[in-house]
Amino acid sequence: MIGVNHYLILSGLLFSIGFMGVLRRKNLLMLFFATEVMLNAVNIAFAAIGSYYGDLSGQMFAFFIIAVAASEVAVGLGLLILLYKKYGSLDLEVISSMKG
Amino acid sequence: MYEFIAFYIFAIATTILFVITVMSKNVLYSMTSLAAGMVLISGFFFLLGADFLGVVQLIVYVGAVMALYAFAMMFFDATKNVKEKHQNPALVFLLGGLMALVFVIMFSAPVIGDNIQALYPIEDGVGNAQAVGMVLFTKYLVPFEVAAVMLLVAMIAGIILAGKKMDYSLTKSEAIDEEMNVELKKGEE
Repeated sequence: MIGVNHYLILSGLLFSIGFMGVLRRKNLLMLFFATEVMLNAVNIAFAAIGSYYGDLSGQMFAFFIIAVAASEVAVGLGLLILLYKKYGSLDLEVISSMKG
Repeated sequence: MYEFIAFYIFAIATTILFVITVMSKNVLYSMTSLAAGMVLISGFFFLLGADFLGVVQLIVYVGAVMALYAFAMMFFDATKNVKEKHQNPALVFLLGGLMALVFVIMFSAPVIGDNIQALYPIEDGVGNAQAVGMVLFTKYLVPFEVAAVMLLVAMIAGIILAGKKMDYSLTKSEAIDEEMNVELKKGEE
């Protein structure tokens, strides 16, 4: 039997990988992938704590996170297609219009 | 013992796949490794006894979300490598490492606190899908309905954003514009 610590440490590690991707990526599609990694890492933590305390709330919140992620992808990809039609690129350096 | 072996195989494979997702220059490799990592994450849910969540993860993430990404890739050039300019990679790795440390401390904290009571305890003699249904349709009914409305809004937004002017080709219209300009110049002359 593995303790909850293992799952939580793995979840923190995966979240940091996703965070590093968000900081590092300059392509919008790749940025989306990094956010998906972060959402998945949090889901593992929710499921692990829920099973540790014998509580179903953790799984419930994981379901809602999955629903939010699905709608985020639908809207985000629509915006990406519009941006690509407008600028012909998904690079943040090309798209950015504000000087800052 | 089997759980131990399965956990470590899944953990190492998921970490490697997600590192590929974050570091790869090719969009196609990145997406494929993300999909594979999500399949392995559903394995963690099965290990934790959350069967229904694992199945939902497989259907929604690997089935729907990755298919959506794959369709969206048809609009973008996926075979070309992504060119990215990295200004300060050392700072990014430092920040990422610090985040890892903070999250390990933060997520390990509830293990020390023992005075947490289960609000909706898992009942004995009931399958996971049944237990989830009983909690979802009683205590979490309002969030469930709100999530349904949110998905509807997202669907309409996706159709409006991506589907508008779908029959209108950008390159063709540019060619027509150029012809117009040439004709205008001729007229001026």
